[in-house]
Amino acid sequence: MLEQILALLPQVIFDGLVLGFVYAMVALGYTMVYGVLELINFAHAEIFMIGAVVGVEVFRYLGPQIENGLILLLVALILAGAISGATAILVERFAYRPLRKRGTTNRLVPLVTAIGVSFVLQDLVRLIEGLWHNEFFLRMRTVEDLEGSFDLFGGAIFVQSKSLIVIVVSILMLLGLTYLVNRTKLGVAIRAVAQDLQTASLMGIDPDRIISRTFLIGGSLGGVAGVLFALQYTIITPYVGFLPGIKAFTAAVLGGIGNIPGAMLGGLVLGQLENFFGTYLPILTNGNLGTEYKDVVAFLLLVFILLVRPQGLLGQVVREKV
Amino acid sequence: MRKIGLLVAGAAALGMALGQANVIKIATQSPLSGPQAALGEQIRLGAELAIEEARARFRALGFELQLVPYDDQANPDVGVANANRIINDPDILGVVGHLNSGVAIPASEVYARVGLVMVSPANTAPRVTDRRLPNVNRICGRDDVQGPVGAEYAFNNLRVRNVFVIHDKTAYGQGLAEEFRKRLEALGGRAVGFVGTEEQANFVPIINQIRAARPTPELIYFGGIYSQIGPFAKQLRERGVRTRLMGGDGLDSSEFVRLAGRENAAGTFYTTVAGPVSAFPKAREVAQRFRQRYGREIEGFGIYAYDSANVILAALENAIRAAGGRKPTREQVSQAVRQLRMEGLTGSIEFDDKGDNRKARYFVMQVAETGNWAENRVIRTIEMAAPGSR
Repeated sequence: MLEQILALLPQVIFDGLVLGFVYAMVALGYTMVYGVLELINFAHAEIFMIGAVVGVEVFRYLGPQIENGLILLLVALILAGAISGATAILVERFAYRPLRKRGTTNRLVPLVTAIGVSFVLQDLVRLIEGLWHNEFFLRMRTVEDLEGSFDLFGGAIFVQSKSLIVIVVSILMLLGLTYLVNRTKLGVAIRAVAQDLQTASLMGIDPDRIISRTFLIGGSLGGVAGVLFALQYTIITPYVGFLPGIKAFTAAVLGGIGNIPGAMLGGLVLGQLENFFGTYLPILTNGNLGTEYKDVVAFLLLVFILLVRPQGLLGQVVREKV
Repeated sequence: MRKIGLLVAGAAALGMALGQANVIKIATQSPLSGPQAALGEQIRLGAELAIEEARARFRALGFELQLVPYDDQANPDVGVANANRIINDPDILGVVGHLNSGVAIPASEVYARVGLVMVSPANTAPRVTDRRLPNVNRICGRDDVQGPVGAEYAFNNLRVRNVFVIHDKTAYGQGLAEEFRKRLEALGGRAVGFVGTEEQANFVPIINQIRAARPTPELIYFGGIYSQIGPFAKQLRERGVRTRLMGGDGLDSSEFVRLAGRENAAGTFYTTVAGPVSAFPKAREVAQRFRQRYGREIEGFGIYAYDSANVILAALENAIRAAGGRKPTREQVSQAVRQLRMEGLTGSIEFDDKGDNRKARYFVMQVAETGNWAENRVIRTIEMAAPGSR
């Protein structure tokens, strides 16, 4: 048994890493919006799904025109980032801002709105794709350049070149975001609004604009993650956002919600846990627990981590603002 | 003026009521939206074609024939809600459906309350007829035969000994996978893994397990629906695993090729209870009419739905004659279906006391290299009675 586990371990860690980076990128969207508004934007899962759908459509329509796979992917990433970001802005503008303006203090109201928005977006995409292609399952086209694969360490790890793309693009995006938040004026403004919305507005910051930008950035990251997800797992439906969304949300909480490096760490940890238990549960339990329990076990472990460290891995204990 | 208006309205209402009196409706229930719509649409259109062709015959008997399609969304709750609406429409005298056994089982209990007959083109779970409801019938085979047919073909013809078995945790997929495993082990083979998954996107953990399994599996059996097996097959082949793949009739849709990709789907084996057009010489003509009428190809479940509808129509005609030209009751139609003997496109149809077809057919198929679903090869046809059939 141990032999079997060890033989697969490098592969499992690698696959977990790929999945973890996708989760990390989605988790950033949750964590940024939470950091600024203390709102759990459940519609972010659908922003992710819209990015994936845009990726599929770009590959479908531009695939025959653009020969170079990498350029095609770049176009898909940019378009998906833009459309997902724009959708996120619209959602904020028309679903959350009116509630804020009306001074709704009940935290449940925006949360329920977010859930409602997520259903609307799902069925909207289903309607559009149904009318457009009469397809429910959208298949990501195969592009030769992106389909290579090779072995590492004498066959211990099987690497698809698209997995490498997922890792590289996510690292670039994560570094870019870290730079943006820590080094730019917009980043300072976002952090200021996150700290205290009222005071920030007294300092000459337009909070609505900053919130809008935050949604744009989070949404674009979600859209890019969606394209990478579609590239890796190939079949996309209007409901595909739900599970990755829940998991990314968990990752954000695990890392300490509102904390950007925490969200990345949480995503990576969750990707590892999921892949580890998905692969090993049947072997560890002698076939009594199958792969279907991977999420159960991973989430049980998360509950345990949060019991020990309720503020999340990198989170700080939030003191009441006085 | 007002009186005349009332009179006209009254006369119109009376006329409509009289016109309605001789309407006979047949309902279909199958998923028309959502992931399994490709299969469900075949059921609706197959039944619709049969009903359109019978319209003139029924007009001669003095009845207006109508089809009412319902969308059960492959969801038991929706199916039962529809079933309640169906039994409240007294003109509906028969139901063609469903696609999913998990939906057919609770919905058929609703039909049973009023004795409304259901003829299923596609439900393969043993429990559908094992409950011995007098109104529930099917013309297709059963999973407790379909699974073993696959296992025997794998063991005897593909000479496979070690199989990795996956299922989708539904009544259908898990039942099929268990029947497959049972027969395989009885023959002397071995299931080196037996794994359930509801995953739709990321099959990497299962593929890793397959690669690690010892002894190395020579075949992967997946009890599930094409929407899952398609992406699974794609990811499996992309990761360089060449192990042969086999599934049940849940795989029997051209969508499988689209989702898996032509080169990844080619060569996949599947057993099915609804053979392709090519397996039925008599279906050729109907297939042509179907193409002309709907602009697409008829697939297995379309043919079976066509036959299911014809079973109900033939029984209706018998019942009308027995009732002296009057509209029969639902029970009378139900009884007439059980007494029926007819030759359908798919062969002879005659029900046993449980509602199973006395001689259901099972097919072992292989997906064609060309990616054209109609060119899939029938490797073997087996005719077998349902277990416990009297």
